[in-house]
Amino acid sequence: MYAFTYHKPTSARQAATLLAKKEDAKLLAGGHTLLPTMKQRLASPAAIVDLGACADLKGITLKGRNIVIGAMTTHAEVAASAEVQAAIPALAYLASHIGDPHVRHRGTIGGSVANNDPAADYPAALLALGATVITNKRKLTAEEFFTGLYETALEEGEIITKVSFPLVSKAGYAKFRNPASRYAMVGVFVAKRGSDVRVAVTGAGEGGVFRWPEAETALKVRFSPKSLDGFKHGSKGINGDIHADPEYRAHLIGVMTRQAVAQATGK
Amino acid sequence: MSATGIGAAVRRKEDHRFITGQGRYTDDVNRPGQAQAYFLRSPHAHAKIKSIDTKAAAAMPGVLGIFTGADLAADKIGGLICGWMIHNKDGSPMRAGAHPALAQGRVRYVGDHVAVVVAETLAQAKDAAEAIVVDYQELSAVVETAKAAGAKTVIHDEAPDNTVFNWHLGDKDATDKAFKAAKHVTKLDLVNNRLVPNAMEPRAAVGDYDAGEGIFTLYTTSQNPHVARLVLSAFIGIAPENKLRVIAPDVGGGFGSKIFIYAEETVCVWAAKKVGRPVKWTADRTEAFLSDAHGRDHVTHAELATDADGKILALKVHTTANLGAYLSTFSSSVPTYLYAPLLSGQYDIPAIYCEVDAVYTNTAPVDAYRGAGRPEATFVVERLIEVTARQLGKDPAKFRLQNYIRKFPHQTPVIMAYDTGNYAASLKKALEIIDYKGIGKRKRDSARAGKLRGIGFSSYIEACGIAPSAAVGSLGAGVGLWESAEVRVNPIGTVEVLTGSHSHGQGHETTFAQLVSDRLGIPIDNVSIIHGDTDKVQMGMGTYGSRSGAVGMSAIYKAIDKVIAKGKKVAAYVLEADEADIDFADGNFTVKGTDRKLDFGSCALQAYVAHKFNGQELEPGLKEGAFYDPTNFTFPAGVHICELEIDPQTGVTKIDRWAAVDDFGVVINPMIVEGQVHGGIAQGVGQALLEGARYNSDGQLVTASFMDYTMPRADDLPSFDVGMTVTPCPSNPLGIKGCGEAGAIASPPAVINAITDALGHEDIAMPATPQAVWRAAQKSISRLAAE
Repeated sequence: MYAFTYHKPTSARQAATLLAKKEDAKLLAGGHTLLPTMKQRLASPAAIVDLGACADLKGITLKGRNIVIGAMTTHAEVAASAEVQAAIPALAYLASHIGDPHVRHRGTIGGSVANNDPAADYPAALLALGATVITNKRKLTAEEFFTGLYETALEEGEIITKVSFPLVSKAGYAKFRNPASRYAMVGVFVAKRGSDVRVAVTGAGEGGVFRWPEAETALKVRFSPKSLDGFKHGSKGINGDIHADPEYRAHLIGVMTRQAVAQATGK
Repeated sequence: MSATGIGAAVRRKEDHRFITGQGRYTDDVNRPGQAQAYFLRSPHAHAKIKSIDTKAAAAMPGVLGIFTGADLAADKIGGLICGWMIHNKDGSPMRAGAHPALAQGRVRYVGDHVAVVVAETLAQAKDAAEAIVVDYQELSAVVETAKAAGAKTVIHDEAPDNTVFNWHLGDKDATDKAFKAAKHVTKLDLVNNRLVPNAMEPRAAVGDYDAGEGIFTLYTTSQNPHVARLVLSAFIGIAPENKLRVIAPDVGGGFGSKIFIYAEETVCVWAAKKVGRPVKWTADRTEAFLSDAHGRDHVTHAELATDADGKILALKVHTTANLGAYLSTFSSSVPTYLYAPLLSGQYDIPAIYCEVDAVYTNTAPVDAYRGAGRPEATFVVERLIEVTARQLGKDPAKFRLQNYIRKFPHQTPVIMAYDTGNYAASLKKALEIIDYKGIGKRKRDSARAGKLRGIGFSSYIEACGIAPSAAVGSLGAGVGLWESAEVRVNPIGTVEVLTGSHSHGQGHETTFAQLVSDRLGIPIDNVSIIHGDTDKVQMGMGTYGSRSGAVGMSAIYKAIDKVIAKGKKVAAYVLEADEADIDFADGNFTVKGTDRKLDFGSCALQAYVAHKFNGQELEPGLKEGAFYDPTNFTFPAGVHICELEIDPQTGVTKIDRWAAVDDFGVVINPMIVEGQVHGGIAQGVGQALLEGARYNSDGQLVTASFMDYTMPRADDLPSFDVGMTVTPCPSNPLGIKGCGEAGAIASPPAVINAITDALGHEDIAMPATPQAVWRAAQKSISRLAAE
């Protein structure tokens, strides 16, 4: 790790000011990607702005037909939240299966979303649930927000403050873990809201999280695992590595989608 | 059996220290004025070093010294050694290239040591290392085991075809003849996947130099500190042995990888004198992946011949073993004398012939890893046995029973003389535990749920207690493999045992104390076990090869014999009786036929005050030492059965049942033995399903972190059913055979035999990852559909 200056603001506004003022500053949320990268000397920000003391970035509230989660809310808090469990149980389930207990007690929804790791779980939930990412400057739909591998629409000096999830009638999440890292090798979040069905896939795409329109169309006819019998995702555009080549990953998308629908429908 | 004696499940004495954070590991050692070392490592698998410019780096803040291979050479510091000479088929010695501690003009694997920076802080050392300018001329890399021999690129000039040796064992003519007469021949091509040891504690070293006394001290993560001192003194030339103290304090796991003498500790202890400051280095996990000696990495073709009734006639094996870029300390012995002599397994095989070609590649050195050669041999034998049974349409249990060795001693065609065993008893017990009769129903139930269920056997044998010094000497070992012990009785009857064995997770502080408590009839808390310091313990050979019970404890046993004999002399004076009339039992010296007695503590006091006898006739004191040199290897053996279920949709393999029945001879502490079995199986399941070190074609280690190298986790494993059978080992006084490696030796073929049973074909390699199993299962699904 190289030397850096450390700042600990107590509000999102202060954090934004520091971020604008300090050259080459990075935001620190849970730190589970940034800190290991810094330790390996692969990243060397001159300044760290730690969001850990920003109380206005924390908390979970039910606002009308939306669950609103503060950016610095940890995975463990989301998993344990009675509101989330009641409103979107699949989201609580997803949070309860991110990483291991250490990760879940440090890692935050804002940090995960901002990093847009192609193997992270949350991006699938945001995309399938039609969530809105709220920053200190604007509101973005999940589709607008996730722009590519580790890429988001966030601009210089922009800080995620909240993520808002509209309530849905049915949702489910299934993932196949990478045997070594236990990140999602393939994770599929399905959600049904009224007549709309969304299927979002993480872990598998060369460009990060993506939707599977063919499966959505089939599930709109009948929201059941059976609707996907014989359905296969193609292997074009799908990641390959030593753990899973594109063909196997593509196959798993089908398997995980059926599992996610089964979970959503209680079958 | 007393509550703390031999056979009692005594809780580990050392665990309170470890689980309350009171352990003292090498990285916990901090010497006054200590500086930090950082090794600049090669980013290339193979390159010439045209120049190293350290000028800018040396001027950076906090830098105390930067050293390269040239500095070591100037101080006449020798290279690292390989301590086992193997001869080629034609009798010529193996072709070993030099192994400098810091590169001499050439780097041969990613992670090879180019230079060391010693600085006030680790961050300063790293900063300076980044400022060193190395001009590399990249060379093409040789990576694949099977393609190394004869590759255009030559890694060491001494081995022009990248072949260290072409070695063989057994009777080729007899084997060929038996194959000609055979009715059935099974042929298999096998890969024993390369593994990274990954002890929980990474390697570390602290070098210290006392300029006043001229004495070096090295704290290091070693399984055998005395051997480290011997090599650093006699071969590398750091200092004479009396001027070099090596301390291996608490060590957090070794699995073989901490037997060897590496570049880092060599450089740290040498550099301490150069910079006039203690020098510390602790590996980070990436360095551990890159530079700890790896394990296994064999490519094998094997054939088994049987007659019309299924009686095994002969076995023929050809193995190519990857030894990496340099020969590590005992690397040459692993694919030779720790491998081929085990190829008879538990079976009566009249003729065996094994050829081994060992090759250099541009990868990390490969050496002993839990089991060392014996897992590789067991994998060959047990895969062949299972496949042969399938091809002959025989039940795999019955086929094994038919071919088991029944009479002991049994001389195999490959050196070993098995002394005792009852293989059928272990098999019978394992079949009961796994409920073999119910397997048909369980397979049908799984099939109904869309799953593929399989069962796999492994009837393993290993050779432990390594080993009779004369025997290993005749096979090329540079050392004898005895062990030493000193039993030091204090004046009030407490006991310190100084042992040359080294505990790095095995629980010696408990088991060795159990032996002393049992034999001297004293409370276990009155016994302390001292190890790991060359200033305290006389010469010892260390811990590996499941030898500490069979060899280390036998040395203690012999020393205790001497203590009791001396105690009888003291008691004879004190009790005014004839020495021949003194008995010793349950902690008391008694005079035959009388009620006169002297307890052990009082005897010790009398020995030290020496008031009751003439010190000229009987020396005061009660302290005895012994060296124990085993008369044979020991032969732990057993049967493991794995039952598992495959989800053909995902390729996930779930181990459902595991029966492990082992014959370790006499067991000192069944709880610790069971723990060893559990850990060994976990590592073996890791090899079979999860672990595999992979280099890309450029020689970059692709699996250099836990993000890509899959370690076994608790949820990868079932609950194990462990059973024991006992045939006491006849060659040592305690009847111990050893248990440390059995699980890792037994389990890989059990898993793969079960997977191939489930799949209905043999086309799967280790590690059988979900992707590999899914692909292999597609064939099974189409086969099931066709049926």
